[in-house]
Amino acid sequence: MEKVLTKNIRDNREPMWIAEYEEAGGYEAVKTALQEFKPTQVAGKVKEAGLRGRGGAGFPTGVKWSFMPRFEDRPEERPAHVYLVVNADEMEPGTFKDRLLMEGDPHQLIESMIIAAYAIGADIGYVFIRGEYTECQRKLQRAIDEAMEAGYLGQDILGTGFNLKIYLHMSAGRYICGEESALLSALEGRRAVPRHKPPFPAASGLFGQPTTVNNVETLCNVPHIINNGAEWYKGLGLHKDGGTKIFGASGHVARPGLMEMPLGTKLADVLEHFGGVRHGRRLKALLPGGGSTLFLTEEHLNTPMDYEGVGAVGSRLGTATMIVMDDTTPIVGVLKNLEHFYAQESCGWCTPCRDGLPWVEHILTNLEAGLGNPGDIELLELHVKLLGPGMTFCAHAPGAMGPLDSALKYFRDELAALIPSDRDTLGLTQPANAATHS
Amino acid sequence: MKLSETEIEAIRHEMTLYEDPGAATIEALKIVQEHRGWVSDEALEAAAVVVGVTPTQMEAVATFYNLIFRQPVGRHVIMVCDSISCYLTGYEEISAHLRETLGVEFGQTTADNRFTLLPIVCLGNCDNGPAMRINTDYHGRLTPEKVDAILAEYP
Repeated sequence: MEKVLTKNIRDNREPMWIAEYEEAGGYEAVKTALQEFKPTQVAGKVKEAGLRGRGGAGFPTGVKWSFMPRFEDRPEERPAHVYLVVNADEMEPGTFKDRLLMEGDPHQLIESMIIAAYAIGADIGYVFIRGEYTECQRKLQRAIDEAMEAGYLGQDILGTGFNLKIYLHMSAGRYICGEESALLSALEGRRAVPRHKPPFPAASGLFGQPTTVNNVETLCNVPHIINNGAEWYKGLGLHKDGGTKIFGASGHVARPGLMEMPLGTKLADVLEHFGGVRHGRRLKALLPGGGSTLFLTEEHLNTPMDYEGVGAVGSRLGTATMIVMDDTTPIVGVLKNLEHFYAQESCGWCTPCRDGLPWVEHILTNLEAGLGNPGDIELLELHVKLLGPGMTFCAHAPGAMGPLDSALKYFRDELAALIPSDRDTLGLTQPANAATHS
Repeated sequence: MKLSETEIEAIRHEMTLYEDPGAATIEALKIVQEHRGWVSDEALEAAAVVVGVTPTQMEAVATFYNLIFRQPVGRHVIMVCDSISCYLTGYEEISAHLRETLGVEFGQTTADNRFTLLPIVCLGNCDNGPAMRINTDYHGRLTPEKVDAILAEYP
């Protein structure tokens, strides 16, 4: 199949530096976009292509860009700065795809940022990179320096009057930084606490200025849409959504890794590309796109893997890096591991998330240790509701409830069987020290 | 106490990259940590003066982010991924082996000050689980034997 996002990427991830990148057609899309199109036309093409956010939420990118205020007709009202921020804070459990794009083809991201910044009228771009990705930092900084030298960044780019500077921000940890408004708080040098919406970042983002936040992989699609057109892009998908996607697999698969495939590829085929379940075992369940997506099982193997297809079977495509579990895996251990992560990574701002997630982890810890109580399953179900969408300040806790919600649907009996049968009254047979929170 | 000229210069450079120079708190803490291994109360206060924020603001930031160390660490910091993909591929065995070999629990430093052992969330190395990071180096597909060989590379 046609490789788009990864066509320049070598197995050892040694990038094409600028001469080689240009030779392979690199920066042609920048020339086309800046010299032949108005910013709104570039944004229009991305909207027409139907590109959806690859960071997990799947929001249409062109629509997000259309929320940005335009100052072409009223330049005197233009604020001091308009920002494009790239979310490279890849911390969703089981997700390792943006690292490949930044390590393997850093110029592709820089080229994408130039076009996106032009489309939304930004003059400063930041790449917000998780602190551990120092290799991405090294390669992106070299790409920025080369692009600056070649005149693709800086003042009056290609003689069009368009100006853009790009800076890298290395984060200092915490999953919540991936939430776009928390990311802006972190970039302003504060605690990464999410902000109330509205106002959305397009109205008041970084330092109160108009801002768009896009994921790395999302942006990397943009030059290809400019070069080949919206119709070509839509035609790459096999189901309802257009384009290709970097799929990944980890956990109990024979050949864990990453591979670019058309959106809409069937789940069974995606799994097959990674060698299927390892040691010839059967699939118990998988999380299709990171730790906060809902479980899929054998009954979903025919699902077309795009936003619409996975949504139709009650889960989310998320980041499309799937975590696979074979039939020997106790589901309670998986849930405890996931909820430990979410409890630890809660920013602590709102009470349901800060106090609810540790309580969920506590119940799961007891269940795994054989110290569960009658009513625990119902208590977990209650938490799924109380920490669900609309009940918390941001999407962190609702995301955490995704796998739990679906586990209570598919593996309810397995979880209920963990409650010892002699525990017929809530708490009465529980040892005094069992309530100690680990 | 005062920070070194090198530290101050590096922090001032970072401050020029933001509309609000006070946004460079995280960079300032990282610069201090790079030079001193960790961020003491005194170094934190000195960094706050350079950035132009209060020590309380700096402390609020320092205690939020897990890659800022507010206690001394050993010469090498081992971060073991405890998230789902590594959990499924053998985290527990690797974690037990490290604790036994080093004779420390998570959050502790060996008596010879050689290693500090810390847990870390998903490192983005999921196709190479179980994985860990020592200083800035990634190590994956770990077995107890492989861990022993890797540790020997960090004197």
